[in-house]
Amino acid sequence: MIDPDSLARLALFADLSRAELEAAGQLFDEQMYETGERILRQGLTGNAFYVLLDGCVAIKIDGTERARLFPGDFFGEVSILTGEPPTADVVAMNAIRCAVLGEPDVEGFLIRNPRVMLRMLQAEARRVRSANLWHG
Amino acid sequence: MARVAGGDDGGGGADGDRPFPPGEYPILVVGSGPGGLQTSYCLRRLGVEHAVISRDDRPGGMFRWYPVFQRLLSWTQLDAPFERGSREFEWYDHNSLLGDEREHQALICDVLDRSHVVPTRQQMEDGLAAFAERTPLRVRYGCSWESTRRENGRLVLTTSDGEYRCRAAVFALGVTEPWRSPIPGIDQVPHYADCRHGEDYAGKSVFIIGKRNSAFELADGLLPWASRIVLASPRPVETSNFAQASVRARYLQPYEVSVLGGGTYAVDAAIERIERDADGFRISASGTTRPGRIEMRADAAIAATGFTTPLRDQPQLGVAAVAQGRIPALTPFWRSVSAEDIYFAGNATQGAAGLRKHGVGSSSPAVHGFRYNARVLAEHLARDLFGIERERRRFEPAQLVPFLLHELAHAPELWAQKGYLARAVRFEPAQGIVDAGVVPLAHFVDAGGPEAIAVAVEMDTRGQIYPAAYRWRGGRLRGVELAGELLHRFQDAEHARVLTELLDDVVR
Ligand SMILES: Cc1cc2nc3c(=O)[nH]c(=O)nc-3n(C[C@H](O)[C@H](O)[C@H](O)COP(=O)(O)OP(=O)(O)OC[C@H]3O[C@@H](n4cnc5c(N)ncnc54)[C@H](O)[C@@H]3O)c2cc1C
Repeated sequence: MIDPDSLARLALFADLSRAELEAAGQLFDEQMYETGERILRQGLTGNAFYVLLDGCVAIKIDGTERARLFPGDFFGEVSILTGEPPTADVVAMNAIRCAVLGEPDVEGFLIRNPRVMLRMLQAEARRVRSANLWHG
Repeated sequence: MARVAGGDDGGGGADGDRPFPPGEYPILVVGSGPGGLQTSYCLRRLGVEHAVISRDDRPGGMFRWYPVFQRLLSWTQLDAPFERGSREFEWYDHNSLLGDEREHQALICDVLDRSHVVPTRQQMEDGLAAFAERTPLRVRYGCSWESTRRENGRLVLTTSDGEYRCRAAVFALGVTEPWRSPIPGIDQVPHYADCRHGEDYAGKSVFIIGKRNSAFELADGLLPWASRIVLASPRPVETSNFAQASVRARYLQPYEVSVLGGGTYAVDAAIERIERDADGFRISASGTTRPGRIEMRADAAIAATGFTTPLRDQPQLGVAAVAQGRIPALTPFWRSVSAEDIYFAGNATQGAAGLRKHGVGSSSPAVHGFRYNARVLAEHLARDLFGIERERRRFEPAQLVPFLLHELAHAPELWAQKGYLARAVRFEPAQGIVDAGVVPLAHFVDAGGPEAIAVAVEMDTRGQIYPAAYRWRGGRLRGVELAGELLHRFQDAEHARVLTELLDDVVR
């Protein structure tokens, strides 16, 4: 359970009505992690969708930092959509707070909330685009 | 600072028969519900001196009052494939606390009859009281913790009896203080905790805010009385996978009535406003799963919106909480993520979420889950704060795989806390193959070694149970999900082959 107002502030949920936000608030859990704690583990577990509410996380592949995520960013969705374990560690760089949706609830939530799915897709498209630019 | 308690546990005598007068103790445990009792028992068995205080006048915690309709949701089977009192039997008895000696084990069985597999509230209270009396556990009853501060490296708890100083405190406060979601007008609505008797609702139309266990427990209890019951909350009832259902099967009768019958409704709606007037309540709500408006009246309304941990002034001390401030955010060993000397036991240990692989949560909110957390926590505190290490079993290489398979098939810790607690074995150059006991799986996979294996029982998104193994080798972790088996018989040749392969350097 999470305060719907925490979700209302994020671009990902910007199109939801108050009632939809309240339903999402009951579906998502809230979790906090200390500096250095791992949230996703490369090659191991995943199986949840995380939206960062406070703090900063680093994406690390084989121990090398590749990117940082900030409030409003999300992670864990690739592993759920592909059914594969995560390809990176996600590590808390300071005390962080996330909204978390377990794997079994993700599909139903996205289907019930297509505007969230669209916003996710837009964010993924931006990530692919910047990755392509990066690689030339 | 460690002192071996040798059966008795410090304190006592100063004011009448009440043990643990205010003063300095290595560890202070707060609470005399099942969480506090189990923690105290386990600390004592390890020889960790500590005091226990509780604002109650007797053991049992919330089971002295709840559930309102007087029957639990957790079961105890009187007969099982294993003898009462054995470790394996614990998995069939979700309500007894854990004891090391036969006279302290499976105590709920002594008070249960065969009318139902689920004890009454009174039977549960009696079973807990029997545990506290027989072990015997000493608690300073009638002592209420009021505020907290830090002074000279010590935690100081001010109580109704005076000040307690300690190196660390374990708060077993329960998650049983009424909590209301922020709906305009809800402060006018009685909470679950205010309900007492079905007959108070005879012939009435009742509006219940909430669609989780406590809401459905009320609806179930009111079915024989109320003329109409409407349960409403934004989130749909989820029953497709029992393991992750939002309501336990025991309370599903009203849901069946709502689907197949009439007079009872389980509605997905966000409640916008609730107003109390001379005739009852007027409710405005808006559909979530399906669009639509609700404007209705009810003779009675009840807020079954959940419970909170009574953290008092801990947030000022830096204790962070999740779920709208209701649950402390905890590390895998149940310490506050933001306060070094504050630990939790009992229901509140749900604040350490674990890996949540496949979305599966822990059983930490219930006795059969948190009783094991308490034992692991006690060992952790004994080792980390006082250097007390339990004697560890050593294995010959040939014993290792059969041991791990037995654990996977029968260890109550692994079955109660799926994907959350694991059995670990370390491989040490000097000591050989050493049992590392039951550990939080999240801790094991993040500890970075040493050379070790841990096994856990896990569940996938469809509720299928399978064994899993995690191996640290040369600084790298490998996780393997083994095949399930229809009757969960994991002690077979195929499972042995997979584990042997994973341990080829150790067992060959
Ligand atoms: C309605 C309901 C039904 C439930 N049914 C079941 C069930 O069937 N089976 C099951 O396993 N679980 C059930 N649970 C979960 C249940 O809460 C736990 O199993 C169990 O009671 C929790 O034990 P605990 O020791 O953590 O907390 P509690 O039993 O709540 O005990 C908390 C203790 O802390 C003390 N305390 C709190 N604040 C202070 C203070 N300031 N100073 C001093 N002492 C303090 C209290 O007095 C009490 O002794 C249910 C929960 C609810 C709300």
